[in-house]
Amino acid sequence: MIECEITIKNRSGLHTRPAAALVKTAAGFKSDFYIYKDGMEINGKSIIGVMTLAAEQGSKLILRFDGPDEEAAAIAVVGLFERGFDEL
Amino acid sequence: MTDGQSTKKEIILKGIPASHGIAIGSAYLFIKDIPIVEERVLAYEDVLPEVERLNRALQKSAKELNKIITFAQQKIGEAKAKILEAQMMVLEDQVLINEIRKRIEKEKKNAEHIVSNEIGKYCSLMLKAQDEYMHERAHEMEDLKNRIIRNLLEERLISKLEGSIIIVAHTLTPADTMILSRNQVLGYATDRGGITSHAALFSRSLKIPAIVGLGDVSRQIVTGDTLILDGYSGTLIIRPTDAHIEEFQKKRERMFKFEKKLEHLKDLPAETKDGRRIELSANIELLDELDYVVVQGSQGVGLYRTESLLLDRDDFPSEEEQYLEYKKFSERIYPHRIIMRTFDVGGDKLSAATAEESNPFLGWRGIRVGLDRPELLMDQLKAMLRASTKKNIAIMFPMITTLAEVRKAKEYVRKAKAELRSQNVKFHEKIPVGVMIEVPSAALVISQIAAEVDFISIGSNDLTQYLLAVDRGNTLVSKLYRELDPSVIITLKHIINGGQKNGIWVGLCGEMAGHPLSVPLLVGLGIDELSVVPAILPEIKKIIRSLDYSEVKEMAMKALNLSTSDEIEKLVFRFFRKHFPDIPINHD
Repeated sequence: MIECEITIKNRSGLHTRPAAALVKTAAGFKSDFYIYKDGMEINGKSIIGVMTLAAEQGSKLILRFDGPDEEAAAIAVVGLFERGFDEL
Repeated sequence: MTDGQSTKKEIILKGIPASHGIAIGSAYLFIKDIPIVEERVLAYEDVLPEVERLNRALQKSAKELNKIITFAQQKIGEAKAKILEAQMMVLEDQVLINEIRKRIEKEKKNAEHIVSNEIGKYCSLMLKAQDEYMHERAHEMEDLKNRIIRNLLEERLISKLEGSIIIVAHTLTPADTMILSRNQVLGYATDRGGITSHAALFSRSLKIPAIVGLGDVSRQIVTGDTLILDGYSGTLIIRPTDAHIEEFQKKRERMFKFEKKLEHLKDLPAETKDGRRIELSANIELLDELDYVVVQGSQGVGLYRTESLLLDRDDFPSEEEQYLEYKKFSERIYPHRIIMRTFDVGGDKLSAATAEESNPFLGWRGIRVGLDRPELLMDQLKAMLRASTKKNIAIMFPMITTLAEVRKAKEYVRKAKAELRSQNVKFHEKIPVGVMIEVPSAALVISQIAAEVDFISIGSNDLTQYLLAVDRGNTLVSKLYRELDPSVIITLKHIINGGQKNGIWVGLCGEMAGHPLSVPLLVGLGIDELSVVPAILPEIKKIIRSLDYSEVKEMAMKALNLSTSDEIEKLVFRFFRKHFPDIPINHD
């Protein structure tokens, strides 16, 4: 299992388009992917879940990856956050 | 007495104008039946067919949504149609759909119940967030949920309507707005909603007049009632008199001709014919309004009411929270300027005791609160400074009464800068600092104040109330509130002179700046900047561009020598009618 904390960098937070990009990336891996914020746990492969997070720019999230390809999944997903979903 | 139409009296309602235009026609009360969901336990052999039934309903819903999206793309363009795609993505959310399937199999309950419960969970979480955007998203998810349930129950949504109608509803989702527009829709009127909601945005794109936030209009009308919907002023008239119908038909024609002429003004400066340039900016509260501001051809924001950050919360946002918010404003409006006014709230926001002030207008509010609670003021100033690296932010203090207050407030700006400097945080060193002049005492000593600030903005609403000692919310005296009273005009001139002598600009951000009749007079008095609600920007620009500065200067001189408000009102009215016979006057 891999766990890491990230900060949302892109301007619009996790609104529709970034949420869709996140879910699409995560869906490419076998590992489970969960996001934790303010006591909420949501499945990172579910768009309605990610939309519900209401994660604004600057908010902190904990990401947890668990499964056979967890390392690759973590690299891909964290990279997406780092690049601000390419919309910085 | 069965004929309600003829026996009921005219009713006039006020809402928020969300999309311009005037509609006159008959009402159609759009009630969305929320499907009733029963909870049933399934027999073992019924579970698999139930999942099949769910699959069919999902397919049907996807087909419907696709149709709406395609229609929206054609009608309002791909970019805006994207708003509707969120629902589609959720419909294709495999995690969600699998969870619903799994729960049907495990709990052996009917699909309607599980769909309602599972999607409903997310809706209530979204509604908990203190964010307009999330609330709107919750309604959209609710809409999707009801669509799936309706298809499970094999009910049809009636969206084909007869004749030309004005749709009246409690709320409208973007999808409703879109699908209903396939009919002959003349206008939309809703109980709820704000100017920045997606449904309002769609109405503007579809060029269908709309008023939102009307309170309980959906309970005040019946289908078939005649309505006048004025999307300029937000006035809705139910069962209007013939005189009103005629009046608004005329207004509609006038506005139509007028708007045709405004279209080309967007990128032109607000400059008089003889070259006097007026800075024309907008008053705003919310981030989403910024897009509208720029479209309307503004040169920036003349008043950002930061207290809008305090809506729906009991505490004050932290420095970090404020910084992130101000940064967004600064980036979105760049390269234009934004003037941020520090919190202008009454003391009731801080302690319940002060809510009992017998005279709140003369009480603990504006900068007085800030100076008594410096920790709050410092948080806000540091947040504004940190957000100022693009150099397009200016700070403004509200309700200044004395020069001493200006000095104290500026001292906090220096302190905030020093703290940031010591932490190596970047900010705009020469950030302009100005004050709002709305208290007569400050107006009287304006020359001294102007010597120590970078700009002045006149809050004409409060200034008029304080000068004339009139609370315009009090119907017993509200008729005494006259912004063209000689005392007001003389005070304005005094403030403008005080600013100009000290080489700083003087603006005005009260309602007066948006009143077509007052604009020539304000320009004549020598005002440098006018800040108005975004909707009226093009009209004010048009007026400024038609003026001769030398001529309005002369008119202002005359006004300064008149002795009653009646005389001044007559003068500005005559001037207006003589010079702009074709410009309609929008009274509130």
